Amino acid sequence: MTTASGNHPGIWSGLVAVIRRDVLLAWKRPGDVLNPLFFFAMISTLFPLAIGPSAEQLQFSGPGVVWVAALLAALLSLNSLFLSDHEDGSLDQLILSPQPLPLLALAKALAHWLTTGLPLVLVSPLMAITFQMPAGTISIMMLTLVFGTVSLSLLGSIGAALTVGLHRGSALLSLVILPLAMPILIFGARTVSLAAADDAVAAGIYFLAAYCMLALTLAPFATAAALRISNE
Amino acid sequence: MWTWFHKLASPPHFYRLSAKMIPWFAVPGIALVVYGSYAGLFLAPADYQQGDAFRIIYVHVPAAYLSMMTYMVMAISAGIGLIWRIKLSHAVAAAAAPLGAWFTFLALMTGSIWGRPMWGTWWEWGDPRLTSQLLMLFIYFGYMALRTAIDDPLKADRASAVLAMVGAVNIPIIHFSVEWWSSLHQGATLVREGGPAMPVEMLYPLLANIVGFTFLFGALVLGRVRTEVLFRERRKRWVRNLLLPDGDLE
Amino acid sequence: MTEILSGNDLCLFRGDRCLFKNLEFALSEGELLVIEGPNGSGKTSLLRAVAGLLEFETGTVSWDGVPVRKNFQAFRSDLVWLSHRVGFKGDLNILENLKFESGLRDSDQTRLADVLERLSLSGIADLPIRVLSAGQQRRVALARMLLANARLWMMDEPFTNLDKAGQVLVKDVTREHLLSGGLCVVASHQPIEIDGSTRRVTLQ
Repeated sequence: MTTASGNHPGIWSGLVAVIRRDVLLAWKRPGDVLNPLFFFAMISTLFPLAIGPSAEQLQFSGPGVVWVAALLAALLSLNSLFLSDHEDGSLDQLILSPQPLPLLALAKALAHWLTTGLPLVLVSPLMAITFQMPAGTISIMMLTLVFGTVSLSLLGSIGAALTVGLHRGSALLSLVILPLAMPILIFGARTVSLAAADDAVAAGIYFLAAYCMLALTLAPFATAAALRISNE
Repeated sequence: MWTWFHKLASPPHFYRLSAKMIPWFAVPGIALVVYGSYAGLFLAPADYQQGDAFRIIYVHVPAAYLSMMTYMVMAISAGIGLIWRIKLSHAVAAAAAPLGAWFTFLALMTGSIWGRPMWGTWWEWGDPRLTSQLLMLFIYFGYMALRTAIDDPLKADRASAVLAMVGAVNIPIIHFSVEWWSSLHQGATLVREGGPAMPVEMLYPLLANIVGFTFLFGALVLGRVRTEVLFRERRKRWVRNLLLPDGDLE
Repeated sequence: MTEILSGNDLCLFRGDRCLFKNLEFALSEGELLVIEGPNGSGKTSLLRAVAGLLEFETGTVSWDGVPVRKNFQAFRSDLVWLSHRVGFKGDLNILENLKFESGLRDSDQTRLADVLERLSLSGIADLPIRVLSAGQQRRVALARMLLANARLWMMDEPFTNLDKAGQVLVKDVTREHLLSGGLCVVASHQPIEIDGSTRRVTLQ
């Protein structure tokens, strides 16, 4: 089963090709990248309007709000992760390619992170500032968001693969993935709260990093299995 | 071993065997639950702190335990069905899910009723067990929603099996994270339910109920799998033979 | 001649319905397998199942004498797939799409210019797929097959959306592929006349 001979592409070339293609697609359709960001900003705006403008209260709820907004924005965009691939037949080609499907699934999740998660992390300080978050807390928040959004892209890719091609896919994706995503939300938001209160944050960050590693290792296999089933 | 396994997994064989097995689960189950509930509600002494309110544990603890146990049964049988392509296994997972959701709901409801006199509130976010049970209920809902959303039953089996296994990896993590989350604010009183300090007059009925509920769960799952199998195999000859007016309806 | 691709005791269900059972076929180098049958008889399902997109209820498909499920990677590196869903990204142009393909499977990019020329795609190679007609998109899918160094071509209704010239082109490239020792499996509701050794599976 050696594929190294001749001009067979290596084991990572499929991964690189998928990431490059998806990022290129996002580049050609910037709306797909910007919509989750607007959504993120909108949700962050809803809370002060609902809770009231008191600085103390905003400071207290800021970490939770930013994290909930990031979670929902990531979920919103996950719905379309495999949708166009399923509709235009690319999924058939991916499944039938000699490249291992889990690696291609990993590539899809990483590309999703590059086009959704990473921009969310980058604009999150803007939201944090409106919630009166101090500078030290903001850097911790961005760190938790990095691990958290990578984990969400991976976990969400399983849900997206399970629900691709179903009529009520988008609502179902949230229903299926949200309860499983709670540890990410809990550790992410609580760690930022602890940072804001000048408490120790190492435990939360270690947990998020460990969760991220676990997701990187296991999620691609589940996504690959789910894709094969959904694409039948 | 394999031949035995495959014979058991053949639907007609299972259908005949399960009819004989159900009483073996149902009779001890009913006996134990009747004893446990009577002894728990009338014979066991009242708790010196909680009074008679503690007696709800005779429903709450078995339900909470079974909500976990059902998920394990579901995830393991879904995994077996996915890996060895055994349809009966998928039928077990499908039959177990609504039961698991009911047990979870029952545990939540009894926990909440118990919390009213204890904490003075119907719902206490500070208690990690209630919160994990709530998430557990959502996980069951997600599983059942995915299953009903897929029209092709074979596809639904395999897709929901993937989800059940992903959930099985996640549930311990969810429990751990909820524990950690609630440990951060000290307001909530942690509850002593059971534990070694419980006198035997309280403990035995509880154990009887836990075991009894489990047996009843076994009987219910078997019964539900039987209907599931009949429905899935409705076009097969053995089901037609079975359901002919002059056939043996057991 | 030795069999390269073979199916044994194949049975396939869609939902509750059994599409076929005890189906057998065998294919050697340079041979074409045509799957025939009326609409709804399961041509596409059989093709998808042989490729590995669907699971057979029972039976084994073998490639080079080894069951596919044991060496699916070897099978897939010899396989290229064509169907009415061409599997290209509408926002990317022909060259970008074909370049992506070269990351997935062994393909010969040195022939790119010749292949595009032959399929009359040279002038439009930098147009996004979405502005092309359905027939032109089909031709790009043919380019994928021609560039891939794959022994087995699997085609689902290869003549759909193609004009006369396009249909002749499909027959020509298939004939050449078979002459060079390749194998081809085609599902089609219209009769296919390609000289060379043709085997048929007819579904009811």
